[in-house]
Amino acid sequence: MITNLGGFKMSQHKQIRIALNNCGVIDPENIKEYIARDGYVALGKCLTEMKPQDVINEIKESGLRGRGGGGFPTGLKWEIASKNHADQKYVVCNADEGDPGAFMDRSILEGDPHAVLEAMAICGYSMGATKGLVYIRAEYPLAIKRLKVAIEQAREYGLLGKKLFETDFDFDIELRYGAGAFVCGEETSLIHSMEGLRGEPTIKPPYPAEKGYLGKPTNVNNVETYANIPIILRKGASWFNKIGTEKSKGTKVFALAGKVKNVGLVEVPMGTTLREVIYEIGGGIENDKKFKAVQTGGPSGGCLTEKHLDTPIDFDNLLAAGSMMGSGGMIVMDEDNCMVSVAKFYLDFTVEESCGKCSPCRIGNKRLYELLDRITQGKGELSDLQRLRNMSLVIKDTSLCGLGQTSPNPVLSTLDNFYDEYLAHVTDKKCPSGECKDLMTYFVIEENCVGCTACARVCPVGAITGEKKEVHYINPEICIKCGACEERCKFDAIIVK
Amino acid sequence: MNKVKLTIDDKQIEVEKGTTIYKAAKQLEIEIPVLCYMNLEGLNIENKPGGCRICVVEVEGRNNLAPSCSTEVWDGMVVHTHTMRVINARRTVMEFILSDHPKDCLTCAKSGNCDLQNMAVKLGIREIPGQEYAEMSKYKTDFSPSIIRELDKCIMCRRCEMMCNDFQTVGALSAFHRGFQAAVGPAFEMDIEDSPCTYCGQCVAVCPTGALTEKDHTRDVINALSDPTKKVIVQTAPAVRAALGEEFGMEPGTLVTGKMVSALRRLGFDYVFDTDFAADLTIMEEGTELLDRLTKFLAGDKKVKLPILTSCCPAWVSFFEHNFPEMKDIPSTARSPQQMFGAIAKTYFADKISTKREDLVVVSIMPCLAKKYEAQRDEFKVNGNPDVDFSISTRELAHLIKEANLDLNKLPDEDFDKPLGESSGAAVIFGTTGGVIEAAVRTAYELHTGIKLDKLDFEQLRGFEAIRKATVDFDGTPINIGIAHGLGNARKLLEEIKAGKSEFHAIEIMSCPGGCIGGGGQPTHHGDSSILKARAKAIYAEDAGKPIRKSHENPYIIKLYEEFLGKPMSEKAHHLLHTCYFDKSRKIEID
Ligand SMILES: Cc1cc2nc3c(=O)[nH]c(=O)nc-3n(C[C@H](O)[C@H](O)[C@H](O)COP(=O)(O)O)c2cc1C
Ligand code: SF4
Ligand code: SF4
Ligand code: SF4
Ligand code: SF4
Ligand code: SF4
Ligand code: FES
Repeated sequence: MITNLGGFKMSQHKQIRIALNNCGVIDPENIKEYIARDGYVALGKCLTEMKPQDVINEIKESGLRGRGGGGFPTGLKWEIASKNHADQKYVVCNADEGDPGAFMDRSILEGDPHAVLEAMAICGYSMGATKGLVYIRAEYPLAIKRLKVAIEQAREYGLLGKKLFETDFDFDIELRYGAGAFVCGEETSLIHSMEGLRGEPTIKPPYPAEKGYLGKPTNVNNVETYANIPIILRKGASWFNKIGTEKSKGTKVFALAGKVKNVGLVEVPMGTTLREVIYEIGGGIENDKKFKAVQTGGPSGGCLTEKHLDTPIDFDNLLAAGSMMGSGGMIVMDEDNCMVSVAKFYLDFTVEESCGKCSPCRIGNKRLYELLDRITQGKGELSDLQRLRNMSLVIKDTSLCGLGQTSPNPVLSTLDNFYDEYLAHVTDKKCPSGECKDLMTYFVIEENCVGCTACARVCPVGAITGEKKEVHYINPEICIKCGACEERCKFDAIIVK
Repeated sequence: MNKVKLTIDDKQIEVEKGTTIYKAAKQLEIEIPVLCYMNLEGLNIENKPGGCRICVVEVEGRNNLAPSCSTEVWDGMVVHTHTMRVINARRTVMEFILSDHPKDCLTCAKSGNCDLQNMAVKLGIREIPGQEYAEMSKYKTDFSPSIIRELDKCIMCRRCEMMCNDFQTVGALSAFHRGFQAAVGPAFEMDIEDSPCTYCGQCVAVCPTGALTEKDHTRDVINALSDPTKKVIVQTAPAVRAALGEEFGMEPGTLVTGKMVSALRRLGFDYVFDTDFAADLTIMEEGTELLDRLTKFLAGDKKVKLPILTSCCPAWVSFFEHNFPEMKDIPSTARSPQQMFGAIAKTYFADKISTKREDLVVVSIMPCLAKKYEAQRDEFKVNGNPDVDFSISTRELAHLIKEANLDLNKLPDEDFDKPLGESSGAAVIFGTTGGVIEAAVRTAYELHTGIKLDKLDFEQLRGFEAIRKATVDFDGTPINIGIAHGLGNARKLLEEIKAGKSEFHAIEIMSCPGGCIGGGGQPTHHGDSSILKARAKAIYAEDAGKPIRKSHENPYIIKLYEEFLGKPMSEKAHHLLHTCYFDKSRKIEID
């Protein structure tokens, strides 16, 4: 039983375990258990029976696409790296996982580290690299420990090091630690960070496959991407490419969170609908409230609505709907969520995480945030909505790296799907969901008020006046919207709107 | 197939593979606006971070806009440089940049010469939406003897960083903080004074805004000029005359020696002298030192170290004091011309005009910011009184002239005053890379061999290549000469010496690209290296036209030795004209 992955013991019927295949099943600190479940069989097969190009062809045929966000075909990436010749090449595993709330990569590394190591060795063989590097955030001590143990054990078993499987192929892996900046997960930034330089992206091309770590051809893949490799090579590309949709094969792990009953990691075949994930696996909305939106793709994904619920999840459909796969964040929102605040929340994150290299992201996102903040305070104007959209489009259109190119997505998708909510904020100065405190007013319902004076006594700023046994009045100029009166009134005579 | 065909704004062009859209467009005479990008062609100095995003263009088939400065063309590419989408994006990005920029143009040192201001004009920016509530990134202003850093005006173009790290290999500047607070400066936000900065001023030379400017001494100069108790004299470095005209709309490469002299006289200086006089003096001292070391070395004296390195560039002096302190006995001990001038002015000349040292103010006009720092070094003070009181840059002089309502274009040509205004052609070429060593060779050759040179132009020592090597035949003795401009190039030669692999007898080092003509105090070149080349040409032209072209033939130098110094390297010369160096290497301390 899978215990460390959250609460999906009930409804696993939609789930297929490929990337999470061994997680929770084996003792990750014991290589024998991995081997017992056909671990390192794929590596052996590749080294002894397949030519590097055969391996690449198999991965290409499987249709596997990168799970780190971009969805780039993995086999093609390996092929490009294999064709760039150099005295030294590198295989890098991107375990930076900077999305707040994401923990799929961590779970894989903690639960099944050998799968990633095996995959990196296979990749090394296919592209002609002898060195592997795992870039892992320092905040993942358990994953780091397990990786270290796994590398040690693999070396002992001759599965890493010199002359693997008695062939001429050498491959070894080292760890590199990231300080946890989100943008260091972007591959060029990650490489600079490993080189001891400032963790900021550079323009591509050149891609890492041409000029990567220390200027050498480098293949960068995500943890989950690697976790798919051994099983694909064991069971064959044609097994794998039967799962999923036409252009997105296999499964995807999501970190389901927000206002759903069951939260945690989910691995579903590509093509599963959002409805299935949210209602069947997630068990529906918490407290049986009304579903409002689901945000996929991490901090710079978009917010999708009711009308998207039956969209089969894959790379292209999510993009077409105005969101993205990203690394697999999935946050569900209900009727209590204000969508302007949601957009603001995500912008706050991107403003914090921008590296500052390019002006649209460094300054533009800040300006987006400021404008959203004003709107939530009731200081917005109708013309601001147009500005919001223009700034968002320009930031997307002109930013240097994926961070800025996607950071306005929460704004654009909420503008598209919840325009009325924005309008309510700027024209009526109201927040329909009641989340924006500055836009709420507390007042007394005359019919219910008995004049008990309880509210007036609890108000910390003396905003409430009224004679005993007479209807009370809340002065909106003084009220600080602390909600103390509403809580105190036994007669439901105070409401907020 | 090394050519690719593409279409830009409906025009076809074929270019080399690897060309950027920006460069391809330029060949079609389409000038795409750039801000962070800078390319000093022929000098191997290129800044291409792709950061400002002003240069974006639309490329068919591409999702987002492409930064033209750093996007390579491909075969069949179709580019549009001014669609509504591009224009809107460029304007919006510019509004972003300006929204985080102080609107200080009225009082900003860079005003009129500022790339950002020019871009705002070009794009016709009239308002910045949301400015009322836009937060601005704030930093403390950092003052140093040479440079003022006002990072509120930094636009993160990274030019300074590229200059300091890649070209100079000083490594004093790097990006710090992230996101909105990101800017460029010394590590841990320490003051530039506490960093390994050499004050070469190259960061200032390339900064597109007023974020990096010189420490301005024009007020001090005006105060001195208006003080009736002071005699104020001025010296002008060779590179100044080849660039000052640019500030008055003249073609780059226009020599304005005579007009500059008359402007200085009209500004009220009591004597207008020439640093070139001191450059001749430098050659006498440094040339003698070279010959002395060389003779001993060739005679087999193991105690003598070669190569000898020139020492007239104060940024270079700081550089080896910081980075190669163990080699501080290799450079010549000769002071820079600026300091030699100061020392002679406040002794020999002060006596001649019967003025007390304290009542004589020496101002120097330099293409250089490091000279400001140099003038303040303790070695160059007597009882706290500096040999050179104020060192101002070419730009500051231009400001003084304009403020005095003088139009350089209309001034007559006048001559320098005597005795410290007479100089040889050899001294003039100090202003460009290779010039110091050429000047030294002219003198050393004749003094060493006793033969008169019939050809004074040593073409093999001229040019703009990063590192140049030449062998000069000293009548049977081949002397190997190395030349480097830029401290990164100097570093390469120093590493060779350190490794015992240097083949040179003498090396000239200048910190700035092209030598002093490209100094940090010169009129802004805005990334156009043809300006530097035109200045160099002007310098060689001035040399060629001089009646005296060898330092040891300058009659006033001969007289100075007869009347005052004795002979080169005499005790008095040592005291006044030579210096010593210090170990300034240090670990970075964080407080
Ligand atoms: C701002 C930003 C953050 C990223 N963070 C990660 C990350 O944490 N982990 C990851 O695997 N990829 C991340 N990526 C994607 C990587 O750049 C790269 O595309 C990926 O590692 C390639 O692996 P894949 O082909 O297996 O997906 C990020 C990209 C951007 C633009
Ligand atoms: S888009 Fe943002 S994170 Fe990416 S390079 Fe630009 S400033 Fe840095
Ligand atoms: S740096 Fe340029 S734009 Fe900024 S205040 Fe100075 S002159 Fe104006
Ligand atoms: S003056 Fe020269 S050494 Fe100092 S920071 Fe600027 S470029 Fe670097
Ligand atoms: S200080 Fe000047 S040169 Fe340096 S990054 Fe800022 S604007 Fe650019
Ligand atoms: S090369 Fe000239 S201008 Fe540049 S720092 Fe040296 S002396 Fe100054
Ligand atoms: S000029 Fe191209 S990004 Fe700045």
